[in-house]
Amino acid sequence: MIWNDEFETLPREALESLQAKRLKQVAERVYATVPFYRQHFDKHGVKPEQIKSLDDLQRLPFTLKQDMRDNYPYGLFAKPLDQIVRIHASSGTTGKPTVVGYTKRDIDNWSELMARSFVAAGAHRGDVIHNAYGYGLFTGGLGAHYGAEKLGASVIPMSGGNSKKQLMIMQDFGSSILTCTPSYSLYLAEIAAEEGIDIRSLKLRVGILGAEPWSEKMRDEIEEKVGIKAIDIYGLSEILGPGVGIECIEAQSGLHIWEDHFIPEIINPETGEVLPEGEQGELVITTITKEGIPMIRYRTRDITRIIAEPCICGRTHRRLERMCGRSDDMLIIRGVNVFPSQIESVLMDIEGVEPHYQLIVDRDGNLDTLEVQVEVNEQTFSDEIKVLQGLSKQIEKVLKDLLGISCRVRLVEPKTLARSEGKAQRVIDNRPKT
Amino acid sequence: MKVEQISIFIENKTGRLAEVARVLGERKVNIRALSLADTSDFGILRLLVDDTALALTTLKEGGFTVNRTEVVAVEVPDRPGGLCSILQVLDECEINVEYMYAFVERNAGNAVIIFRFDDADNAIKILQQKEVSILSGDKLYSL
Repeated sequence: MIWNDEFETLPREALESLQAKRLKQVAERVYATVPFYRQHFDKHGVKPEQIKSLDDLQRLPFTLKQDMRDNYPYGLFAKPLDQIVRIHASSGTTGKPTVVGYTKRDIDNWSELMARSFVAAGAHRGDVIHNAYGYGLFTGGLGAHYGAEKLGASVIPMSGGNSKKQLMIMQDFGSSILTCTPSYSLYLAEIAAEEGIDIRSLKLRVGILGAEPWSEKMRDEIEEKVGIKAIDIYGLSEILGPGVGIECIEAQSGLHIWEDHFIPEIINPETGEVLPEGEQGELVITTITKEGIPMIRYRTRDITRIIAEPCICGRTHRRLERMCGRSDDMLIIRGVNVFPSQIESVLMDIEGVEPHYQLIVDRDGNLDTLEVQVEVNEQTFSDEIKVLQGLSKQIEKVLKDLLGISCRVRLVEPKTLARSEGKAQRVIDNRPKT
Repeated sequence: MKVEQISIFIENKTGRLAEVARVLGERKVNIRALSLADTSDFGILRLLVDDTALALTTLKEGGFTVNRTEVVAVEVPDRPGGLCSILQVLDECEINVEYMYAFVERNAGNAVIIFRFDDADNAIKILQQKEVSILSGDKLYSL
């Protein structure tokens, strides 16, 4: 099913000419109304009049998260506060949060894109949408809520936490769609098992899961344990909130990004150069309809690629491959790009191994070395040396196959590595700075 | 006739062995025998103690990774050739030894050899047929 037939299946040519028109408008608008952008464009010697086609997008400078911090709180708003009807902020783990503002029309557009996303995920009117994203400054809760109402579904504004109550409501209210983080869906399954509730037998049909990175392996686990179709949703508050992109239930492969509202580009995170279509790199997004706080070439730090092949669902909007990591986490070891998340998914694949790990990067002569520290737990601990050494060898081999570089696995005592609450320090880079 | 042994994962860093000894000492657990197998990164400390259950909970509370394994304690006369006589029996009967360690009884003039076998039950059956003296847990822990 498709929510907005006209726009979601717009032929590419029409879609791209719409994008070009909107790009031109937004470049003019931010130059005229946001002092930051005026200075930023001037510094890079580009005038809005020079933006005539989609190819001209590359002339514009990037916008960074730091630019939002530097202009805290309202400096990047393109509308006065009397037209801003909602303010959200993302949690700043260091320093101030980044603040975004929405006009009435922004909220309408956001609701529209979330409604599209719900329908793409297989939801419809009559569904009971159990919204366990947090309500508050975080965009997840209200973003999904407004989309659900726009769709005409019955939305339960659960917010996060109080898992036993969540389960009771799911049972009693007949929740059919669950929106939350992927890890919370698994946590609910665990609590259900403890409470003697068969979560698989509930009416839940689909989970729309996002706001944190996850893997195909985890999707399998969620689909099995929760008994739902698990759909990946992408969003970030700087651009909109949830609903920037979503997988369709037909393909469950790649997230359609709503190109009538956003222009995605993939760049080399080191050089900033735009990469040819299909190559993997950092996702950069330009918002072309947003009024409150338009974003010009915002560097998301998320690593993905654009899938241009037509999708079986009939939508013409291109897809983003599942995010495979963040460019600020990327390590270059012996010339190879390594993401901690890749190593994490390897560890999760090995029976009994916990995804608690630390990477120690060092240099021996001219050669980078990578040591992966893995915690031994009661499940993997054996009384026999050969079994433990076999485990190290097995992990080393799988990592070698995946990354193409060899590393050394070192087994360490449990709880010696930091837990991943918030920002765990996964990487220690001891290489001399050049 | 099997004896319970505790194995502990120990990272190769200073103070870990002392920490094991300390937490056990505080709870008045007495160590009857020990062996340490080590690699460049980690070691496995194997202990026979007078109160296995207490030692296990104490070590778990102390954050150690522990497990319980079953080993066989064989008594041999403490004289030249004593060990050889047992090993010959095992060899003849094709019993595979994963690892072993030994200690000497204080009074009886016997040595006790601790074996970890692939197949402990089968090994015990054969050793009993050959009239080898196997120590029970109770006897061993109270030596």
